[in-house]
Amino acid sequence: MSVVKIFVPRETTSVSVGADEVALAIARQAKKNGASIQLIRNGSWGACWLEPLVEVEVDGTRIAYGNVDADDVPGLFDAGLLEGGAHDKCLGPTNEIDYLISQDRWTFWRCGLVEALSLEDFLAHQGFKALQKAWEVGADAVIDAVTASGLRGRGGAGFPAGIKWRTVADTDGDQKYVACNADEGDSGTFSDRMLMEGDPFGLIESMAIAAFAVGADKGYIYLRSEYPLTHTILSRAIETAREAGWLGANIQGSGFDFDIELHLGAGSYVCGEETAMLESLEGKKGIVRSKPPLPAIEGLFGKPTVVNNVVTLASVPNIVNLGGERYSSMGVNRSKGTLAFQLAGNIKRGGLVEKSFGITLRELIEDYGGGTASGRPVKAVQVGGPLGAYLPAGQLDTPLDYEAFVAVNAMVGHGGIVVFDDTADMAQQARFAMEFCAIESCGKCTPCRIGSTRGVEVIDKLIAGEQRDENYDLLIDLCDTMEGASLCAMGGMTPYPVRSILRHFADDFASGHK
Amino acid sequence: MSEQTIDRGSVASIVQRFGARPEMLVQILQAIVTEHGWVSGDVIRQLADILNLSRADVHGVVEYYHDFRTEPPGSHIIKICQAEACQAMGSRDLTRHADSSVDSDTTLEPVYCLGNCACAPAVMVNGKTFGRVNAERFDTLIAAMRENSS
Repeated sequence: MSVVKIFVPRETTSVSVGADEVALAIARQAKKNGASIQLIRNGSWGACWLEPLVEVEVDGTRIAYGNVDADDVPGLFDAGLLEGGAHDKCLGPTNEIDYLISQDRWTFWRCGLVEALSLEDFLAHQGFKALQKAWEVGADAVIDAVTASGLRGRGGAGFPAGIKWRTVADTDGDQKYVACNADEGDSGTFSDRMLMEGDPFGLIESMAIAAFAVGADKGYIYLRSEYPLTHTILSRAIETAREAGWLGANIQGSGFDFDIELHLGAGSYVCGEETAMLESLEGKKGIVRSKPPLPAIEGLFGKPTVVNNVVTLASVPNIVNLGGERYSSMGVNRSKGTLAFQLAGNIKRGGLVEKSFGITLRELIEDYGGGTASGRPVKAVQVGGPLGAYLPAGQLDTPLDYEAFVAVNAMVGHGGIVVFDDTADMAQQARFAMEFCAIESCGKCTPCRIGSTRGVEVIDKLIAGEQRDENYDLLIDLCDTMEGASLCAMGGMTPYPVRSILRHFADDFASGHK
Repeated sequence: MSEQTIDRGSVASIVQRFGARPEMLVQILQAIVTEHGWVSGDVIRQLADILNLSRADVHGVVEYYHDFRTEPPGSHIIKICQAEACQAMGSRDLTRHADSSVDSDTTLEPVYCLGNCACAPAVMVNGKTFGRVNAERFDTLIAAMRENSS
């Protein structure tokens, strides 16, 4: 009998619900049955609600089994798992799962498809093709393609990547850096993590392209410590790439030098802000720097530095391969291309959905997400992390578009979508926004450091029904001060969720939550 | 202050692993916490000496980051996510349940997002992340944790 390929993701979410145990059970059962299998640890396709998702390759087609438990494994073998046999948990061919095939997989196309830590598999799936093309066409053409693509920073700020790269390229400097921001701290977001765990070589290639384009020879990845499995996978991938000559001096004889140092964060949310991240990379407290100077001019160790989020960088190889125009033909208005939306919180079918901009919140939450996990009505949706506004059910038809969100006082941010059902107490969520800011403030500027603590106190008084009008005015005044006078988005945007709750869910304060 | 100590030789070898570069201070402290669970006052003095930094500089960095505990933790460390996606799935109730049910040898810490937001609530037990954790599954995880360590 030939060797049967079985895929079991090695990715944080899958493993968090038992993928390692499933993989072990499959290996044991195969041994017991004398079956010859090859166990492949891929990344996740992003359908988290189906994890652990096991796939078996039969005649070149991958047959999927969802929500597999280690206890299911003997029964699955009895049902003919190795031949893609029928079973309650069988979902049919992976390439017919609607949730997955209806997506626009530009950046995440290799995630789930390949064995994450196999360089061979990566190379067989266009790995390093874009880097080689970059060498052919030259740095200027790469930056032109990124500019033409309309790609904007996916970390949340939405700054045009091409302009940033051009600035670094045009700035004189004996040393330049690429710093990849993998400090994905926003609740409801996990796309950076999924990319790094499912396509780590893809990130390495992306950083190499960025470095080549701007004239850097050293890259840093700043990875949050809350992602230990990502750290393991990324460390291995960097080592493997180095051993195979895809990192280091004179890469593949091209004359181009580039290497990556992987740094761990230490539990500070603010370090996701680019200048705080640079401070932390220098071994210091993660305290925000005043801008200007921009990191593109004076960044890491005072040198010109490209700071980009994981997903921003990982969108580039296909832009180089297929052209910037192809990317900009997707999306709407000034929101070009795709975003890897993340459906989280109280949602039935949570996961990663990469779609062109312009899709509405309702389509994402109802069509992909299947509504709430609890089956109760949607009350509020927080988009863009803890600094993002809460949208009421009445705003679900808002299209995902940077500017359309700004128009309703919200933000797309990193694309995290956290759903709350009608049992949520929004006054408590407003309080939490201020509390989180108080916990995570770096302390450099007063509006953020002090304002957040005062914010918690005022909201507590509002909840208790003390001097309602006065405290309401005080809270609005405090929000104005934080928004107008904070150094960075931490203090400057904490008012967003608070104000959105005052605007849309004032009843949760007025009557006391029932 | 704790009477427990952290072996100076071990700290010195961690520092060497990072080339004794002062810009690696955060990485060095992270490695010390991974290995020893916390950072003592003596470690701060030692790091300041080796890296040629002021004690205040090292102290400042230790105090700044949530990961750098300055007291030794219990035999087990459990982190329950307190951020929005997990709140939407009942992490506040889960935290109350945990508060009232874990033993004194277990350190219970808040964490703000484990990146497991599609399978909330998320909990990290001794460095491993678990998803879809309700009170019942929490108790099962704790029982398994105890079994593994005995």
